[in-house]
Amino acid sequence: MKKYILPSIRITVVLTIVLCVIYPLFIMLIGKLSKGAGDGEKIVVNGKVVGYANIGQSFTKPQYFWGRPSAVGYNAAGSAGSNKGPSNPDYLKDVHSRLDTLLKYHPYLKKNDIPAEMITASGSGLDPDISPDAAKMQVKRVAQYRKLDESKVAALVNSHVEAPLLGLFGPEKVNVLKLNIALDELK
Amino acid sequence: MNTELLGIIASFAITLLIAIPLGRYLAKMYAGEKTWLDFLKPIETGLFKLGGIKPNEPMNWKQFLKAMITINILWLVYGFFVLIYQDKLPLNPDGNAGQTADTAFNTIISFVVNCNLQHYSGETGATYLTQHFIFMFLHFVSAATGMACAVAVFKAFRDKTTTDMGNFWNLFVKSITRLLLPLSIVVSLILTFNGTPSSYAGKDKFISLQGDTVNVSRGPAAQMIAIKHLGTNGGGWFGANSAHPLENPNYLTNMTEIIAQCIIPIAMVIAFGYFIRRKKLGWVIFGVMTVGVFMLMIPTISSELGGNPLIAKMGVSQLTGAMEGKEVRFGPTATAYWSTLTTVISTGSVNGMHDSTMALTGLWQLLAMMINSFYGGCGVGVLNYFIYLIIAVFISGLMVGRTPEFLGHKVEAREVKIAALITLLSPFLIMSGAALSSYIFMAHPNIDWAVKPSTWLNNPGYHGFSEMLYEYTSSNANNGSGFEGLGDGNIFWNVTTGIVMILGRFLPIIGPVAIAGLLAQKKYIPESAGTLKTDTLTFGVMTFAVIIVLNALSYFPALALGPLAEHFSMLK
Repeated sequence: MKKYILPSIRITVVLTIVLCVIYPLFIMLIGKLSKGAGDGEKIVVNGKVVGYANIGQSFTKPQYFWGRPSAVGYNAAGSAGSNKGPSNPDYLKDVHSRLDTLLKYHPYLKKNDIPAEMITASGSGLDPDISPDAAKMQVKRVAQYRKLDESKVAALVNSHVEAPLLGLFGPEKVNVLKLNIALDELK
Repeated sequence: MNTELLGIIASFAITLLIAIPLGRYLAKMYAGEKTWLDFLKPIETGLFKLGGIKPNEPMNWKQFLKAMITINILWLVYGFFVLIYQDKLPLNPDGNAGQTADTAFNTIISFVVNCNLQHYSGETGATYLTQHFIFMFLHFVSAATGMACAVAVFKAFRDKTTTDMGNFWNLFVKSITRLLLPLSIVVSLILTFNGTPSSYAGKDKFISLQGDTVNVSRGPAAQMIAIKHLGTNGGGWFGANSAHPLENPNYLTNMTEIIAQCIIPIAMVIAFGYFIRRKKLGWVIFGVMTVGVFMLMIPTISSELGGNPLIAKMGVSQLTGAMEGKEVRFGPTATAYWSTLTTVISTGSVNGMHDSTMALTGLWQLLAMMINSFYGGCGVGVLNYFIYLIIAVFISGLMVGRTPEFLGHKVEAREVKIAALITLLSPFLIMSGAALSSYIFMAHPNIDWAVKPSTWLNNPGYHGFSEMLYEYTSSNANNGSGFEGLGDGNIFWNVTTGIVMILGRFLPIIGPVAIAGLLAQKKYIPESAGTLKTDTLTFGVMTFAVIIVLNALSYFPALALGPLAEHFSMLK
């Protein structure tokens, strides 16, 4: 074993310099050219940062579109799912009460109209998106609270539907923060 | 066709388009033949000089293993102390605390053995220094260790009779310079240009649209996430791993990450065939593995798309499938696809929470990790499969009444004993762990520990048992994913899973290298009409049967108590 100790130490030191100093600094420098300069892409409204494009925010007021339930309350200093198993009775109670809340605020909906993601917590607790259906079902409520024309809000939702990658791969989605910012600007 | 399904079909197609040529490249590169990356030679020569290494010195299997074990012990000791004292070291912009001794014990083993079971959360339990200098460093070197050991086994069968298994240092360094590092640069650039942070800026604070104050954890994550997948490590920057919207911002990064974790394990199988000049053997192994993967993947996708039957009972239709613990930008199809691949391959990164998947999905995830060789981890996948090959050769030999032979070498008692012990090791470690934790949970729920066993489980009943079973299965397979609801951040889980991880890593590496070394020394017997051919479809089916029978016998009772029981209870 002794014979191998010195080379082990030396190669560890050398590789540390290559892998932990040169490589990450190189990527960081090139990353400066990316949107957000490698710090994460921020969204600025009226000169103020109101959030990150990829980080979901908590929306609870009825005049906003709501995102998904979050196990960490959209606290982006951490991240986690609920880790509740599919047969857990407490979990099913939570799901049921989310369903009731949604039906209370959207009396025009039937249970069957509600997409699964609106009553289940996301994996990260920071999911920025909802499906187009989940946005569309909220249009009537948002329009009522904002005293806006329903068709105008519906058009806004449609213009915020992001297509699958290359139009081919993966689901359609709506970024809730971007939609709500546009909603605030809607007169 | 629906875009979610198209997404995974494209992912698999691209994986093969990259992995197959990469396999041919690896065979050439490890054999020292000319490749287009030869311009790196002066850099490697420099590294060898600075490292004080003679890269062409031949090693027999014992010397090879000694070198491998020595450097791994060094990383264990050094990393342990850095983790404990990380709060006093630089690059800690968020002011995170040092790890406790038992957490550091678990964490360092976890990263050295390429497992990446994380009993801490990246945002609060690690600093930028430890994330890069310990975790990311170990992502590279633990993958390279596995690959070097796999190539040693390849080498044993390239020549007719040999004691030379190659030089550990040479294979180890080249795995990094010729493969892992160049690919990491490509992948991390894709990530950073799609929104994953890559700078050293610390936590940010902003006021949300609705007026809440929000803190956002960031950091140079792209660099680490690239190698976490390429090296089949799986240990993420953020707590939610690749479900986190900064760690995996969109569908393109999702495809990139899932492809990245598949290419090297597949390429290693192809490389095996090319390297030993028996291409067909490589393809037969690849075929068996792929059939196995699809047998696990198709039912997984179907059970996730079916949704939760208990939520369906409430009157919700779940048209898109089960969404608990999943992200909208990936959807259940891509999450199910990922969950199969991350468990057959020992990555263990997740883009959705496994604890919240359907009961049967949990069954397939567990089984994938128990088998642990359908593709398998970087290098170690082939090694695990090699053990099954030896067992299959032995059983076939008994069936036809001949001395078993593998690639021209007689397989005798000593080799079969080693293979049998390695095969028995996994069920032993997994079952002992699950039995011990279940016993403590049932018999001493309120024992006077800092974290009482009664509070371990996040879910009652059968699912709670699955959480414990999953933790040990994942540790033994060096997978690192978890049913994360388990309260595992305490001394009992840190110590027991630490022990399982270290045994589950090194014995299944030492075993195959030793068998290959012993076989290679033996006299070469030329093929004759009576030779058992190992590169045929028949033998492929035989190996597959051996894998299924061994695992079914070992694990069926435990699987019946956990996920199967949960599934049937939900149908009531």
